[in-house]
Amino acid sequence: MPKKIAVATKINGQGMEFLCEPRQSLLEVLRDELKLTGTKEGCGNGNCGACSVLIDGRVVNSCLVLAVEAEGREIRTVEGMAEGGKLHPLQVAFLEHAALQCGICTPGFLVASKALLDENPAPTEEEVRLFLAGNLCRCTGYDKIVRAVLDAAQRMNAEEVEA
Amino acid sequence: MAYDVVGTRPVRPDGTEKVTGRAVYGADVQLPGLLHGKVLRSPHAHARIKSIDLAPALAIPGVYAAVTAADMPKVQAEGVANLGESSIEKQYMQNMILAGEKALFHGHAIAAVAAVSPHVAEEAVKAIRVEYEVLTPVIDVLEAMKEDAPLLHEGLITKSLGKPTGKVSNVAAHMQHARGDVEAAFAASDVVVEREFRTAMVHQGYIEPQTATAQVGLDGAVTIWTSTQGAFGVRAQVAEILDLPLGKIKVVPCEIGGGFGGKIQVYMEPLAVLLSRKANRPVKLTMSRAEVFQATGPTSGSVIRAKVGATRDGVITALQAQLYYEAGAFPGSPVGAGTGVIFAPYKAENVLIDGYDVVVNRPRTSAYRAPGGTNAAFASEQVVDEVARQLGMDPIEFRLKNAVRPGDQATYGPKFGAIGLVEMLQAVKESEHYNSPLTGPNRGRGVASGFWFNGGGPSSSHISFNHDGTVNLAEGSTDIGGSRASMAMIVAEELGLPYDQVKPYVADTDSVGYTDVTGGSRTTYATGLACYNAAQEAKRQLCERAARTWECSPEEVEFMPGKGVVSKSDAGKHLTVAQVAREMNRTGGPIHAVGTVNARGQAPGFAVHIADVEIDPETGKTTILRYTAFQDVGRAIHPSYVEGQIQGGSAQGIGWALNEEYVYGSDGTLRNANLLDYRIPTALDLPMIETVLIEVPNPNHPYGVKGVGEVCIVPPAGAVANAICQATGQRFTELPMNPERVCMALLKAGSR
Repeated sequence: MPKKIAVATKINGQGMEFLCEPRQSLLEVLRDELKLTGTKEGCGNGNCGACSVLIDGRVVNSCLVLAVEAEGREIRTVEGMAEGGKLHPLQVAFLEHAALQCGICTPGFLVASKALLDENPAPTEEEVRLFLAGNLCRCTGYDKIVRAVLDAAQRMNAEEVEA
Repeated sequence: MAYDVVGTRPVRPDGTEKVTGRAVYGADVQLPGLLHGKVLRSPHAHARIKSIDLAPALAIPGVYAAVTAADMPKVQAEGVANLGESSIEKQYMQNMILAGEKALFHGHAIAAVAAVSPHVAEEAVKAIRVEYEVLTPVIDVLEAMKEDAPLLHEGLITKSLGKPTGKVSNVAAHMQHARGDVEAAFAASDVVVEREFRTAMVHQGYIEPQTATAQVGLDGAVTIWTSTQGAFGVRAQVAEILDLPLGKIKVVPCEIGGGFGGKIQVYMEPLAVLLSRKANRPVKLTMSRAEVFQATGPTSGSVIRAKVGATRDGVITALQAQLYYEAGAFPGSPVGAGTGVIFAPYKAENVLIDGYDVVVNRPRTSAYRAPGGTNAAFASEQVVDEVARQLGMDPIEFRLKNAVRPGDQATYGPKFGAIGLVEMLQAVKESEHYNSPLTGPNRGRGVASGFWFNGGGPSSSHISFNHDGTVNLAEGSTDIGGSRASMAMIVAEELGLPYDQVKPYVADTDSVGYTDVTGGSRTTYATGLACYNAAQEAKRQLCERAARTWECSPEEVEFMPGKGVVSKSDAGKHLTVAQVAREMNRTGGPIHAVGTVNARGQAPGFAVHIADVEIDPETGKTTILRYTAFQDVGRAIHPSYVEGQIQGGSAQGIGWALNEEYVYGSDGTLRNANLLDYRIPTALDLPMIETVLIEVPNPNHPYGVKGVGEVCIVPPAGAVANAICQATGQRFTELPMNPERVCMALLKAGSR
C-alpha cells in the first residue's frame, strides 16, 4: 500500500489534519476518512457536480481534486453552510420552494449556488441556469431550484438593505 | 370538501437533514470493520466463460473474499419472482447478478471481491484471470428477431399469447390486443397514416449510483442497508436469489438518491451478502457511474409501427400497431405496458396491437417511469397529429373528438372509470399558452397526450401516540420525492393535528408491515390509504379512551377534527387528542393504530403537454422555448411535490426526445457510459416547466387521489416531435432528435 501523506487544511472554518494516500481524491477523504458524507458522489469524473465544494471560495468538483492538494487551502462543504445555529437563506429557500425531491444533488447545488451569490448577488434567471449547468438534477427539471436561488438572492439582498 | 392540511405546501419533514448534508444515503453507511467490494465485469457483449481464476486476486494482501456464479445456490425448480412492475424467472435473476455460462452484455458481472479499501478491491478485480470464447453479439431488436440471429439463451422458447410455441428464438413473448376488424375499417377510412418509428435505449439517470452494504451473522441473520425503491422487494429478491429464509433478512432502507423505476431490481445486494458471508465482515459495494450505465436497467429501445385511420369528419375508425422492444439480455421489457399505452387516449371500434419482447446483448432493462409508455406515445402521438393535419383539424380538437370518456372501453381491454381526459383537453384548448401567438422563423408548437395505468397494491403504516399528543407515523414506502410530507399531511388532516405534530419515518422490514415498492405511481395513493386507515383506527381508539374516562359507551362519543373527542349528548364536553394521549396509560395503555390496505381502486392518469420549440437551422439544435404540462391529478395532497413530479417527468422526457441514447460499437460495447457523453438535460437546456393541475377526483379514494409520478414522462417526446415537425416541415421518426439528426434531415430536404 502506498505511504500516507499528512495534509494540513481548514474545513468549514476549523483547522484540520489528515493522512491520505496520494491517489485518494478530496471527495474520498472528506467522505470516508473525515466522515463528512454530506458531499455526494454521483459520477466520479466531474460531470454531475454532486461533489461540489468550495476551495478558497471557488466551486470545484471534489472528485477531481486530489486530497493532497487541500494542503494549506480553505475548504467549505455543505456541512459548513448553516452558521450560528441558523440555516443559510439558500437552504431555507430550497425547503420552502420544494427544490429537492430525492435530495442527492442538493448539497452540490447549495454549495454551487452559494458560490454564485457570493460573486453575483443579484443574478438573472439565465445567469443562474448558466452557473448551475455543471450540477445535474434528475428529479426536479430545475424549475424549483432556479426559483429558490432567485428567491434566496432577493431575500439576502433585502436583509442587507435592512442591515 | 374543505381541508385544513391537504392541498397546503408545508416544508417536508426530512428537509432540514437533506439541506444540511446529514441525511444518510446508502453510500453514507459506515460500520465497524467494513470491507469494500468491487465487481469484475465482462469486456465482451457476448462470450462463453471458459474459466475464472480468482487465486491471483486472493493473494493480494487486504483481500478477504471473492465470489463467482459458482457461489450461488442451485436453482431447484422454475420460479417466477414478482418485482412490482415486472417479473422474471429465477435462473435469469441469478445470472443477472453474476453471469453463468455466458456473459450476455458489456459490463455483465463475472466476479466480485471484498477488500480493506476500494482501491485494494479494484487491484484485486484486475488480477482475476478470465478465459472467454467471444461470440457474435446482436444488439438491434429487428436483427435479433431474424432466423439466423445469434441466440442469447439456447433454452428460450417463444411464448405467444401466453402459450409456449415450442420455437427457440430471441423473441421471449408475443402479446396482442384485438377487437373489431381493422383491415375493413382502414379500407373504409378517408384518411390513413402509417409510419415506422425507432427509439433509443435510455437510462433512468438517477444521480446516486447503486450501493448496498450487507452484514451476515454467524447465526445466518442478514442485514442489508441500501438505497431502494422498496425494502420488502429487496428482501424478497435476495431471499429468492440466494435461497435464504425470508424471515432471516432485514432490509434497512436508507435515503435514496433517485430511482425512477431503476432501483427496484437488486444488483449489489446479493453480492454484498455473498461476500459478507465469506469474509465474516460487513461489506459495502457501490457502483461507479460507468457501471450504472453498463449494468443497471435502462429502458428499452424499440421499433414501433403505428397506423391510424379516420373519416373525413375526424372520427377515428381503426388503430393498429406493432411494438418491438429490446428486453436486454434477459426477457422482460415493458412492451406489454407499451401496447396498453399506445392508443389509450383514443376511442376506437377496431383495434389490433401486437407486442414483441426481444432479448439482445444489452443490459437487462428495468422499470423506468411509465415503463414502455414514452416509446409508444412518441409513435402514436405523431401519427395522430399527422391525421389531424391531413384533415385540416386542430390537433386538440381532433383529440377531443376522439377522447376516451368514463365508461368507454380502453384499447387494452377494461372500461375506464372516472378519468379526466376531456376536462384536460378542454383546459388546454382554453389555455393562455395554447392560444398565444408563436411567431418567428424555425419555430413550432406541438401537443401530445399520454396515459398511464397507475398502481395500487399492499401498504402498511402504524401510528403511535406520544404523551404530549404528537404522533409517530411509521410507513413502509421509501421516500423518493417528498412522500413523508404527504403521509404526515393525511394523518394530520384526519386527526385534526397540526402538520408538524405528526412525525413520519420510513421503517425497515422488521418494523412495519409489508409494503410494495415506491413505484407505479402508487405511493401517495396506496400507502396514503394505509395511513388514512391507520388514522381511522386511531380515532376509534381515542373515542374508546374518552368514553372510558367519561364512563359512557363509545357509541355516545364521536371524533371531530380540531376538537378531538366530543360527547354526542353534551356538545360542550370534549377531550383534545393531547388530553386523551396524556392519560393513555391510565385508560388502557399505549395507543397504537395499524393501517393496512390492498388498494384496488386506483384511477389511471392522463396528461397533455404543449411544447414550443425553435430549431437552429445551422446546427440542428432544438431549444425548448416554452413548455406546459396539463395533468389530471385527482387531488393534489402537497401541490409542490405534485408539480415537482410533473416538472421532473417532463424534463426527463425532453432529454429522451432530444439527446439521450445508448451508443454501441458494432462489437456490442457501450461507448458512452458517462454523464458527459450520455447527455441528460442541464439547467441551461430547459425553460421553466409550467404545470396545470386538473383535479377530477378518484371516487375510490376519500380525497380523490390519483397517482401522478409517471404519466408526465409519456407525452414529451411526442409533443416535441410534433413541434419540430411544425417548425421544419419534417417528421422525425427516430429518437433522439439530436442536433446531428435534425441537421442532416434539413440538409437532405434542402431546407437549409
